[in-house]
Order: sequence, then C-alpha cells, then structure tokens
Amino acid sequence: MALQSLNVTKRSATTTQPPSVRTAEEPVAKLIDVSKCIGCKACQVACMQWNDLRDEVGTNVGVYDNPSNLTDQSWTVMRFAEYSKPDGDMEWLIRKDGCMHCEDPGCLKACPSPGAIVKYANGIVDFISDNCIGCGYCVAGCPFDVPRISKKDSKAYKCTLCSDRVAVGLEPACVKTCPTGAIQYGAKTDMVLRAEKRVGDLKERGFQKAALYNPAGVGGTHVMYVLQHGDDPERYSGLPSNPSISPWVSVWKGAAKPLASLAIGLAMLGAFFHYVTRGPKDEHAEGESK
Amino acid sequence: MTNGWVDIKNTDLVLIMGGNAAEAHPCGFKWVTEAMEHRKAKLVVVDPRFTRSAALADYYAPIRVGTDIAFLGGVINWMLANKKIHLDYVKAFTNAPFIIREDFDFADGLFSGYNADKRSYDRTTWAYELGKDGFAKVDETLEDPRCVYQLMKKHFSRYTPEMVQKICGTPKEKFLKVCEYIGSTSTPDKVMTILLCARVDPPLARLAEHPHDGDDPAAAGQHRPAGRRRERAARALQRAGHHRPVRLQRGAAGLPVRPDRGGRLARDVRRQAHAQAPAPGSDELRAELREVAHEPAEGLVRRGGDEGERLPLRLAAQARRRLRRARHLRAHAPGQDERLHLAGVQSARGAAEQDEGRAGDVEAQVPRRDRPAQDGDREFWQDYGDKNPAKPDEIKTEVFRLPASSFAEDSGTFTSSGRVIQWHWAGQDPPGLAKTDREIVAQIFTRVRDLYKKEGGKFPDAITNLTWPYAIATHPSPEELLREISGRALEDVVDPKDKTKVLVQAGQQLAGFGQLQPDGTTACGNWIYSGVWSQAGNLSARRDTADPGGLGNNLTWGYSWPANRRVLYNRANADPKTGKPWDPKRGGIAWNGKAWAGVDVPDIAPALGPDTGAGPFIMTAEGVGRLFALGGMAEGPFPEHYEPFESPIGNNPLHPKVVSNPAARVFKGDMEAFGKADKFPYAATTYRLTEHFHFWTKHSTTAAVVQPAAFVEIDEELAKTKGIANGDQVKVTSSRGAVTAAAVVTKRMKVLECDGKKVHTVGIPIHWGFKGVTKDGYLANNLTPYVGDANSQTPEFKAFLVNIEKA
Repeated sequence: MALQSLNVTKRSATTTQPPSVRTAEEPVAKLIDVSKCIGCKACQVACMQWNDLRDEVGTNVGVYDNPSNLTDQSWTVMRFAEYSKPDGDMEWLIRKDGCMHCEDPGCLKACPSPGAIVKYANGIVDFISDNCIGCGYCVAGCPFDVPRISKKDSKAYKCTLCSDRVAVGLEPACVKTCPTGAIQYGAKTDMVLRAEKRVGDLKERGFQKAALYNPAGVGGTHVMYVLQHGDDPERYSGLPSNPSISPWVSVWKGAAKPLASLAIGLAMLGAFFHYVTRGPKDEHAEGESK
Repeated sequence: MTNGWVDIKNTDLVLIMGGNAAEAHPCGFKWVTEAMEHRKAKLVVVDPRFTRSAALADYYAPIRVGTDIAFLGGVINWMLANKKIHLDYVKAFTNAPFIIREDFDFADGLFSGYNADKRSYDRTTWAYELGKDGFAKVDETLEDPRCVYQLMKKHFSRYTPEMVQKICGTPKEKFLKVCEYIGSTSTPDKVMTILLCARVDPPLARLAEHPHDGDDPAAAGQHRPAGRRRERAARALQRAGHHRPVRLQRGAAGLPVRPDRGGRLARDVRRQAHAQAPAPGSDELRAELREVAHEPAEGLVRRGGDEGERLPLRLAAQARRRLRRARHLRAHAPGQDERLHLAGVQSARGAAEQDEGRAGDVEAQVPRRDRPAQDGDREFWQDYGDKNPAKPDEIKTEVFRLPASSFAEDSGTFTSSGRVIQWHWAGQDPPGLAKTDREIVAQIFTRVRDLYKKEGGKFPDAITNLTWPYAIATHPSPEELLREISGRALEDVVDPKDKTKVLVQAGQQLAGFGQLQPDGTTACGNWIYSGVWSQAGNLSARRDTADPGGLGNNLTWGYSWPANRRVLYNRANADPKTGKPWDPKRGGIAWNGKAWAGVDVPDIAPALGPDTGAGPFIMTAEGVGRLFALGGMAEGPFPEHYEPFESPIGNNPLHPKVVSNPAARVFKGDMEAFGKADKFPYAATTYRLTEHFHFWTKHSTTAAVVQPAAFVEIDEELAKTKGIANGDQVKVTSSRGAVTAAAVVTKRMKVLECDGKKVHTVGIPIHWGFKGVTKDGYLANNLTPYVGDANSQTPEFKAFLVNIEKA
C-alpha cells in the first residue's frame, strides 16, 4: 500500500488512470559522488538500521565487499574495484550500488502483478511487497541487476530511496549518515547542477573524462553518480555503459500480453472444471499413499 | 591537536602519512573533502598500503613500514636544499637561529652522550650555547655553522632522494613528486595539514608552514606569561626544555597512537592525566596532574597523591597507565599485584582501548601473562581452543564481573581530538543491575573508607580524610564531577590590584585557570579543564553552530581546553613584525594596535604586541618552536631514522653499526627473541578498518555484517609465490605467535625494493577475537613485539616481521 502522502503516477500491470488531481511534484534525486566516497559502509549500516534489515554475518571471500552482493536484506552494498592504470599506478574505485530509481523503470514494466511496483511523482520506484507474487520478472526487467527475491517470503526487495522518510520531508538514511557528503539528496535539477560543479572540479584535477551518470537508456535515473571516468562506467564494478530495458520486457508487455492473459484465463478455467469434475484435493489419501 | 578538525577545511594541502584518516576518522576526514571541494586543496597519501585515504588522493606514494622518518628526513633535506621554506617564519618563530653547544655531535647513528649500558643518553650537550650575558647565542643570518638551521642542513643532508629510495622503497620520482606538493605550500599564503600518527615526529611542519593548522597537543604544560625571546632562551637553559611543538596536526591514527579523542568523563580525565609523551611537556603535565593520574576512575579519590600506591586496590587508572607504556601486564613483575581492578580498559587485547559494550569490571588476581592471547580480561581463563588455550582448573585467579553501563547510558563529556569538551546526555538507562563506573567506584570507595574508619591501617588518613562532597556519597553525578574538575573558590578570590574587589565569591565556580590561587583557596581537578563549568553553567553543553570568522572556530560550541581557545599558539599565524595575519583571508587573531584580537581566544597575553618580541610558542621558555628539541626527546634532538627492531633488510643504510633505535626500551630477553628475516622474511603491520572500532564493534551485528571475518592483505606476487588464492585461509607467524585468517590478495599492496632486497608487506587488521558476533578470529597482537618507544613507551606494533603460509 502506497503511502497516502506519496503521489503514485505509475502502477505495475494496471491500466486504470493514475490519480492526477494533485499539483505537479518536483522530481528528486540522490547524487552519489564517487570521487568523495571512502567506502566506509556507513550507508549500508544506516540502511540496515532504518529498514530493520539484518543480513547474515558472512565470511571474507578475499575482498572488502561485504556482504559480497545485494540481497533481500542488503539493499545497498559498496563495490570495490582495483584498476591498474597504464602507467602502473592504480585506482581503487568504490561505488555504492543499489536501485537507480529509473525514470523508465524496467522492473515496473516487467511486473505482472497489479500494484506490486509503483512509481511516485517524485521519481521514486517502490516495491509494494504485499502485492508481490515473487515471480522474479522485475529481476529480469532491471538493467542494473538490483532486485532480489527473498528465500524467506518469495517476495522481491530493493532500495526504496527511503520513500517513507522522503514522504515526511526527511532525506534517505544513507544520505543522512554519509560522513564525507559523498551522498547528496534533493531536487533532481539541483543535483544535476551540483554534479556539474563536481565534474568541473574533477576535470581540474586531471580527470578529463569526468561526467555525471544519468543514463538516457532508462529515461535518466533518480540515483545518479559523479564518475571520474565518465567514459568508462564499466570500470566501476560493471556499471552498465548504456543500460536499457531488455527487449523481452517489451515483448511480454506488448504483443505477448494478450496471449499471456488468455493463457492465464484458460488455465483458471481449466482449474475450475478440474475442481468441479474431480472435487477437492484429498490430502489424507495422498499422505497414506506414501 | 592544536586545532579542531573543522579547521582542516582551511588548508591548501593535506599530507596523510603514518595514518589513514579516511579509515580511522571518517567523520574528521569530511573536512579533508571539504578543503578539496571548496579550497581546491590537494591530498597526498604516503602509506605502505593503497588505503581508503589513498583512494581519494591526488597523489599516492608507497613506503616501507617503519621508515617514515627517513622519508620525512628526505623531504626536509629537499626543502632546505631547494629553499622551499617560509624563511620569515622559520627565522622568527623557531629556534633555527639559535647556536648549539660546541660539544653537541652526531656521528655513526649516535648523538653525543650515549651510554650503551643504560641504552640512554646524557642530554647535557643537546643545549644552546650561552653568551656572556647568560642568554642563548643567536645568529639571525642563519649562517653560523653551529646554529640550528645549519646543523639541520648538515644532519638531513644524508637523506638524499637516493637514500630515501634505498630505505623506504619509494621510487625516487614519486618521492620528489611528494616533495613538490609540499614545497608548493612554502609561501606565506599557503598552508599544509599533516595527518599522522604520533610516532613520526619531524620538524618538517615548522619549516614550511605557520601553525595555522596547529602544533603539538602534548605541549600543554604550565601556562606562563609571554616574555622576551632571549629571556626565555636563558630560562630554557635552566629548564632543559620541556616542550617541542613540532607538528602541524596530530590526528589520524592507527594504533597505538591516541590522539586525544573522545571518551567518557572518566576517560577524559584519565586521558589528560595520562597524556602520552611523544613530545616533551607531558612529563610536566603528568606531574601536575598526578593527583588525578593516581586516582581511580573519575578522579574520585582526589588528593591521594602518591598515597594512591598504598590503596589496597590498585585501581584502574594506575593499571591503565602501566598498560599504556610498557604494554600492560608485561611490565608487571610476577606476583606483584594481588588484585587488579580493571574498568574501561581491556589489557588482554593489547592495544584495545575501549572496553566492549558492556565489558564491566573485572577484579582479579592476575598472574603474569606473557602473551595477550586473551580476548577480554573477563575471558582469559576460559578455554577457547587454539584461539585462547586456557586451563581454567589451573588458574587460581578469581574473577568478579560487575555489570557496567555503556557510555550511551550515562551523561558526561566527550573530548574531541580538537580538544573540544562536549557534554552528552544519557540515551537510555543501563539495563538490569548494570551501574555506571562512577557508582561502582563510589560504592567500593565508601565501603573501603568505612573499613579504614573501623579497622584503621597503615595510612588511613588519605582515605578517611578524602574530600567527598557529593550529595549522595554512593552516587556522584557527572554534573558534580565536571563542576569539581572545572574548579571553584573555597574562599573569596580578590583582585590582586584592588583587594577590596572580590572576583569570585567563596563557593562560586571559577571562570578559568587564571583565577586559580597558589594558596589553596581555590580547588580544581584539572587546570586545562578549568572554566568548562563556570558561573555561566555547563559550557560543554553549548551547541551553537555560529562561526563568525568563517574558519570553523565555533567559539560557542562546547568548550575547548584550555580557556576555550580553538587554535593553540594562534599568535604564530601573524607576521612577527606587523602582527597582521600571514594570509588575511585566514586571519585567526591579529594585532589591532592595542591588543591581540579576533575570532579566537589569543594564546598570548593580549597586550604583548609585536614590538615586544614576545614569541608565539608560550610553552617553550624561549617562545619559539624547537626544530632542535634540546633535551626534550630521549632519542635525540633531531629525528633520525632507525630500522624497526625486526627489519626486513637487517641493515641501516645510514649507519650500519647502529641499526635500530639505541634508546628504545626493550624488555629483558626480548632483544634475542626478535625475529630475523631468514625465518620471517616479510614486513608486517597492523591497523584498523573503518567498519570497526577496535575490539568493541565485533559485538555489533550491523558492523559484523559489513566486515565479518579476520583477514590479512598481501600483494599478488607474494600470493603467487606462496600458492595463495584470494580468500584462502593463511597462517601468519611471527617469532611470538601466529594467527590464521582469510587472504585478501590485492594490487593495493606493493612489492618494494629496499637496500637491494625485495620487501613484501603483510597487512593485518586487528579487530577480531573469539567473542562477539563477528566470525571468530585470532588476536592480531599475538604477533606484535614489545618495544617501547624511547619517549612515550608506545609499543612498536606497526613494523615487525612475519612468515606466511597457506593454512
């Protein structure tokens, strides 16, 4: 159930018109300045604490990344990449990974369950877990490999951009905690301006290809990066250079959708006739047969 | 530190060396990123590892562990040779022009006065040459071959870029690049901040900079009115020098260095009293604060003086002091202590400063334990397999655990590295039967006092007559203690010029240490804290973010000791002749024709104008900073590179006959036991990670999730040689012990070539143990050696030798 104070503009697998009487809301964005990030993981801890998540205490697998990947309990993780420069020196590129909150969200497009994924007028893409059927289509639809299906309740989870905090005028928990100001939050237009200033500074420091990461392939994102090497996002633990929604999502949501709906209808009908003709499942008999 | 963390935002260059601020002080490191963004400051990192600080640096240069002084000696040599120094500053505000005695000498690694049997120096010759008038001789032209400036030139001329490369393994061109960065700040309008650990003690800072960014915090001693430099020089001769403020910043830290960072009220007081003595001055400080030093937590048994020794319980503060120096129980002779009361300290984990969340107190008969192989004093007797092999049946020590509150469950003060005393309020009540340290100590004390009253003893007066002015004797409040520490008038304090004028009425809180009286009519727990609770109330509780000067002095946020002064020696920030700031945009205080004024409390008598020649370094008798430390440092008046006692090259290219520090404290039997490179071929160092705080946060689930298990870091070449793959379990062995942990094979560790030998470094984070929610691990200090630094007795935990094998 979406928060009443958040203004839903898109809703998965829904054709009814979204509510539209409210005045336009300013889109927001979180700006992650990789050139200011020290990889302290305070954001990971803040995320766990605000959202009541506790991932497993894992092991060290030979890197600083812990947990080593996003999970249903870890909605953000730091990814550490060691890059050898041609001159023999190195760079340690640390990127906070998590949901990018795409303007054109592949997960929402792919989702077959009505209202399981919504997008608010401020740009946040949110999973409404009680509507989630755990099909995993959002995982396939995401160009950033972000959603994770929980083994516990078979529902999909990811960063909400702290939609509950944002709804009451607070910044996301990770932004609040970041000690170096590497994570900033505000109106997207302001964040773009700030990013441009930072990019200018980085260029002065010798990073000629510094750039803002706000990929057009997904209509822009509401989580953006300032990258020292804007020409090579892949260097940052495989951040996609040109993310786009898988064509299969379009197929599914476009041409194939009526067929799928028909198939679901037929299956329901079949099940109904099966019930009428054969009666309810006999648990007792099944147990005895073992 | 002499300055607050916020002040780092005003710098033009940050050099991080011998520390890792991004990792160890992420919140303080914020001001580095502020300086980079808003002042276009540059960040240079010199470290054996490519650290998280290095990840954001403009320039990084590798260095072998334990060779920082060689590197900085090279920088000093380069700066002097290339005239990249702020000469006006050096002439006016340091002892560069002072003439040193004829018989002072340095040859083959030894300064004059060495006594090999005692492993110490007679420092008589490390002194100024006196003129007929009894004052020190000075050569303002800096040309006299015996003046400090020329002696420095000579001393450091051996540290050529080639020598730096030979010792440190830093490629020459990288070393020179760092020099250029540093040299770029030698103009009056530029400043550099050095974030380092206290082991590095170079006069580097004084040469290029003015201490807008500060000086040494340990140089806080007796406050004297400023006088003329030569008068001071004369006095220096008598006093043999107590202070050498030489650092720009002391802050970022790995262990074992302790910048004066926050702590509970109790800890704050003890920290003052126990202030490490990496630079002279602290001895005096310690003497002055002995009362507090000898006291149990929170200075409750004040005025015990040396009688503290006679207390039936050796209380925590005393134990702690020992722990700090000679590394705890090693220094206790077997059987010396019958009882040990530990509070707020974990001796068993070696460098562990903090108790675990609820470590509580242990009162124990502690047998001598050679290795700190125990995770927490509470558990040393428990058998935890190979991580802590103990036989409880054979241990006769009786351990009592008293549940204690966490700092978050109590009000009190935290004192930041920038000396800002900040009040904090209890977040919640302690759970169950847990009590605060204060209450535990007060309950013990009142019971002991009752016993002394009833049964007498050898010297009951110190106990029975102790001032104990608390409303509830068994529950002193943190407010009562801070008021008491700050000080009050016992009788009316009158104006010395006008005896009819009462400055402070009896019973009132004092405004500051200036009102302390030598005749016992005032009481104060710690002079540097004096004024924190004045008649205006608890000034440490102020939370006003106003910053009128824009420099981050924030005079109405908390209370900065001493006297709410935010930048120590702030007069040095202004031109010696005009009293105008070197850089008008970063003013601090300035001479306005009649007085020193600005957005800070002047660290000089306000009326002592530039025409008086009064020096800015009021803690030295001669009023200037000491590039030549006189007798203040135990191992020599100039820094000199000595190899770690466990050296991978086994040689000191500067003077092969004196390889390691001739004045360092080495325990009996240890000299022979040091590991040699044939058996332990790899250099090793220990450090902290940002995800954890010492051994404390391994009990916190969220911290355990983000850094769950012990690991060591090695370079790719070493991994290949040893057949170690990323994530493999490896066993690291030193001549003292072994640890097993996962291997992190990384490009961030570099193979260095030093003195013709390949040096691999094994990096060992310290945070794990056998208790907690993190994965069980070995205590890193199983590996580290006991060597006491000659001045502070801080152990040489940061450079030693190991071997590594696949487990």
